[in-house]
Amino acid sequence: MKPTSTEHQFDQIFLNHSPTRDSLIPILQDVQDAMDYLSPEALEAVARYLDLSENDVYGVATFYTQFRFHPPGKHRLKVCLGTACHVRGSGLILEGVSRRLGIVPGETTEDGNLSLERVACFGSCALAPVVVLDDKVYGRMTTRKTQKIIEETE
Amino acid sequence: MSFKQIQEQANVEWEAFTRSQPLRVLVGSATCGRAAGALEVMEAFEEELGKRSLTSRTGVYEVGCLGMCYAEVLVELTGADGRRILYEGVSPKSVPSLVDSHLVEGHPLLDKAIAVMEGDSLEGVSHFSQLPNVEHQVRVVMRNCGVIDPTRVSHYIARGGYSGMHRALSMTPEEVVAEMTASGLRGRGGAGFPTGVKWGFARKSPGDTKYVICNADEGDPGAFMDRSVLEGDPHAVLEGLLIAGYAIGASQGYVYCRAEYPLAIERVEEAIEQMREKGFLGEGVMGSSFSFDIKIKKGAGAFVCGEETSLMQSIEGKRGMPRSRPPFPAVSGLFGKPTNINNVETLASVSAIMEKGAQWYQGFGTEKSKGTKTFALAGKINRTGLIEVPMGIPLKTIIEDIGGGVPDGKKFKAVQTGGPSGGCVPARFMDLPVDYEHLAQVGSIMGSGGMIVMDEESCMVDVARYFLTFTENESCGKCVPCRMGTQHLLKTLTHISEGCATPDQIETMRKVGDSMKKGSLCGLGQTAPNPVLTTLRYFEDEYRAHIEDKKCPAGVCRALITFHIDPQLCTGCMACAPACPVDAISGEKKKTHHIDQNLCIRCGSCRQACKFDAVVVN
Repeated sequence: MKPTSTEHQFDQIFLNHSPTRDSLIPILQDVQDAMDYLSPEALEAVARYLDLSENDVYGVATFYTQFRFHPPGKHRLKVCLGTACHVRGSGLILEGVSRRLGIVPGETTEDGNLSLERVACFGSCALAPVVVLDDKVYGRMTTRKTQKIIEETE
Repeated sequence: MSFKQIQEQANVEWEAFTRSQPLRVLVGSATCGRAAGALEVMEAFEEELGKRSLTSRTGVYEVGCLGMCYAEVLVELTGADGRRILYEGVSPKSVPSLVDSHLVEGHPLLDKAIAVMEGDSLEGVSHFSQLPNVEHQVRVVMRNCGVIDPTRVSHYIARGGYSGMHRALSMTPEEVVAEMTASGLRGRGGAGFPTGVKWGFARKSPGDTKYVICNADEGDPGAFMDRSVLEGDPHAVLEGLLIAGYAIGASQGYVYCRAEYPLAIERVEEAIEQMREKGFLGEGVMGSSFSFDIKIKKGAGAFVCGEETSLMQSIEGKRGMPRSRPPFPAVSGLFGKPTNINNVETLASVSAIMEKGAQWYQGFGTEKSKGTKTFALAGKINRTGLIEVPMGIPLKTIIEDIGGGVPDGKKFKAVQTGGPSGGCVPARFMDLPVDYEHLAQVGSIMGSGGMIVMDEESCMVDVARYFLTFTENESCGKCVPCRMGTQHLLKTLTHISEGCATPDQIETMRKVGDSMKKGSLCGLGQTAPNPVLTTLRYFEDEYRAHIEDKKCPAGVCRALITFHIDPQLCTGCMACAPACPVDAISGEKKKTHHIDQNLCIRCGSCRQACKFDAVVVN
């Protein structure tokens, strides 16, 4: 049987890693970079390549907060809840955005446009409160300013 | 090429960077600078220079972070007269006038200038080293941050880089270990264990294969010194790792960096490549018989992986859970081999110590805490940013002189040190010398060096609850004291913040905290109760106000406060009503507005929106 394009993509990723256990997390990271999330098929393929049980691979993947098991939205908004951001009111921003979008952190809007995440710290504490939209860091934010940058994605 | 030739070549490149072009633009573009718009500012400079046909005469460079995050975007301009001026708060809009005035006409723009970096003084502008926030600082770890272009190894070498490694290679590994022990350097990751002693253990462990790991999994919310050093001067850290490898007899090093720091990872990747090109990595480092290589491992978002045994599990591709010690990593660590783990800041100090000698390093700090320490100042403070000070400096100097005090005339209440593992040091300890021993005496820890400043509007119960939310979430769940203890403390703190706790619960929290300290498997659980225990120690009255009077004195805990509009201050500007997510605010234009308490969810949006401070908290 001819490999499907997804299988081909997995194979391309595996080429860069030796089939040893210590490759597991780097492989999962590369798969997520390529596919945006870890599908059941992906976890199965990784398990097969490393000769581990799917159970084992799933156990490791779910331990780390970086890994997602559902496709994320087109845009990703992360609200920092680090200490500096917290004392400067990032909790209110998260709540305001969450209310406006009708989703809680970890979810994606119904139209698939935006997913909302909470992050422990970006290390940009001096600019607190911080939100990150699609890898661009915005400092000294308020609920209003955050809503404005969300509107620009819509 | 011999190391001497490499140095000579680097000096030529450094000269070119500092002197040869008549005009120069340096833009601070570490992550914090970028968040403030550094890349846009850089583009604006390139465009404006192009328009004025100055491109060929001007060098435009990215540099790391000077630590003055409050003043980002920072730009340093060198005009034709060779005088270097640092400007603060630069935006793309201010670029044309900066180019015209400073670079073309040779007149520095006084209103944006913050300091003279080099050259004749300028009226009303201090020299950089005399700035109130800089004069108390001593830069060892951050020696090159914001000064060199971190993407060029030649800059690092010209400023003395890799001469420490060169010197180490002329010594025996045992001598290098002894030098490190003599320097008095203690681990900067939190625990403060003497680095030389730690190396000695790994050195003495039998085995052909050994590993050294750089712990760059900076997970403490509120700490960002490791990111800054990796972004602004990656070679300082990598040279330290190389020296550690030589000292303990390892041939493989790892940099374990959290994935949330993409720019730091990029810089380290580049730097490793450059080390290979220069012959500082691979077979026969610098022509010696020592061989060494470095791999990068990206963390995947687990706070507990900052703990060394968890970190090694993670590199091995397992769930990052700690294990009991002994055996210590120096005996059985990564893949069961002797392993030495040091934090980023420790390694950046190592390279400086090997360059300048243990004697020099001993000159800084106190009797038991030698050297310098970086702190990330954030929270309710005027000059947020990264600082590096000699150990033992009074807390007051950090908060008032360097940090510029608390903004908006509010009262300084406490400073939280050591992140989720640390505690709150109240205002009355302002004269406390900041070192390992004194912080421990007041119940807190040095930790990795986060310092979050709190004012009268910060509620201590809320702060404790915040940290327990974090540790409860990050507890890996392997050992019972940590798993159950964090859950219990968080639940109780939530009850207190909602005004439905009983007075006896305070004692229970103390007991639970004590058991966690004694019984948890790793540092996370052993230190997780600290935020609760220290706030209970110094701010018990605040806890009692929540429990007995059902009041939050700082006006933070939402179940216990109400928002009102002060008729004296309200101008009827109509800013608050549209900001309210639940339409609880009514009122006509130019008339006092009113909040319906039945509808209000106490989100604080109106307070953020009001320009007249008319929204008050009861």
